[in-house]
Amino acid sequence: MRKYVPKGNVQKQSYYTDRYHVVPQVPRLAVEEDEFFAPQLKILKAKVEIKEASIQIGQMIVEVNAKDNFKAIETLKNECGYAMCSEISAVDYLAQDGEFEIFYQMLNLKSAKRMRLVCRIKENEAIESVEPLFNSANFAEREMFDLFGIYVNNHPFLKRIIMPDDWEGHPLLKTYPLIGDEFASWYEVDKIFGKDAREAIGPENRDPARIERYDTKRFSRVGREVPFDADISQGEPETKIEYSQTVLVNYNKSQKQLDKRK
Amino acid sequence: MAQHQVNYASAAGLPIALTTADHLINWGRSNSLWPLTYGLACCAIEMMAAGGSRYDFDRFGTIFRASPRQSDVMILAGTLSKKHSEFARRLYDQMTEPKWVISMGSCANTGGMFNTYATVQGVDRIIPVDIYLPGCAPRPETLQYALMMLQTKIRRESANMNKNKKQNLRLI
Repeated sequence: MRKYVPKGNVQKQSYYTDRYHVVPQVPRLAVEEDEFFAPQLKILKAKVEIKEASIQIGQMIVEVNAKDNFKAIETLKNECGYAMCSEISAVDYLAQDGEFEIFYQMLNLKSAKRMRLVCRIKENEAIESVEPLFNSANFAEREMFDLFGIYVNNHPFLKRIIMPDDWEGHPLLKTYPLIGDEFASWYEVDKIFGKDAREAIGPENRDPARIERYDTKRFSRVGREVPFDADISQGEPETKIEYSQTVLVNYNKSQKQLDKRK
Repeated sequence: MAQHQVNYASAAGLPIALTTADHLINWGRSNSLWPLTYGLACCAIEMMAAGGSRYDFDRFGTIFRASPRQSDVMILAGTLSKKHSEFARRLYDQMTEPKWVISMGSCANTGGMFNTYATVQGVDRIIPVDIYLPGCAPRPETLQYALMMLQTKIRRESANMNKNKKQNLRLI
């Protein structure tokens, strides 16, 4: 057997550090050189202020001010032919820049081209809904509100869509722990049985490899099996492992010839 | 030609078979289990296969029933999310006594690979479980085996469910 290593804080330890890792960067091309996107950017520039524009992997990426998002999407839909808004969501850059990045992924169905409109907001700011332009924004913005806590102004029905209505916290924030906070770990117990049942049910077991050494109700050592719920604090006797005596039959060696034509 | 007289096997020709009430009631219960038609995730696909013609749960007198009021086995087949846990418990509460629960697959047993904020880490946190069936996902044969194990369990326990409650430590 291998030497026992305590696994108590195994999730806290970083098991892999890439010291020479360089974040890959996609080449950014100028929009003016592209014959498809350049006129569209010109139309957009006439309507709203553009902070940055580039082409990455064949898609135009345009950053605008957050207050101009509705106007920009309206221009893209009505004048540039982006008839479909395939995804709206946010990226949490709170630790890095203190901001959320909200993106609108647009698709031009006629020429099969995509572009992305990006804007940034501070933590407690709200964004204008684009639901009057695209119905798909209804659910996407609700999801953004649910998972990031970003409020959307003039949304027809801003309510949690994935997590339960009485949930606390926004799970896609980088600060939200993957295994959940205190509220999340007791959610189902509190809801069904009430807070008084917490003690009887006990905390969640988040370590799937945990084995209780002297628990003979749920665990048994191979070759050292004992009766159910026996006391093994003084050690347990070794029992011989019985292997199966079944012999595999080789049917290919059979004398019988099933097909007489052979 | 049909015989008018049935040859009863025992008791010197008398039409009598001796047994206990527990044995007789449990024989009836264990051989006509009615699981709830209730799937949570991919394990439910295997459960459907087990109920279908190839693996054929009907051989064990087991037919899925689409109402919790008319069923007595709950097969929790798949990942139970915290949002859904309330409704799973409600379905369990709606089933009439006597009732049994099979926890099918890794996710239902322990939360499985979903060690996250949104998944119940083992359905036994909210529902008392009789049979834990490991696997990801368990094959239909394995579910059949779990059902046969449940039948064995039912035959062993008392027909009076109040006596069993103490052993099972059911949450009420």
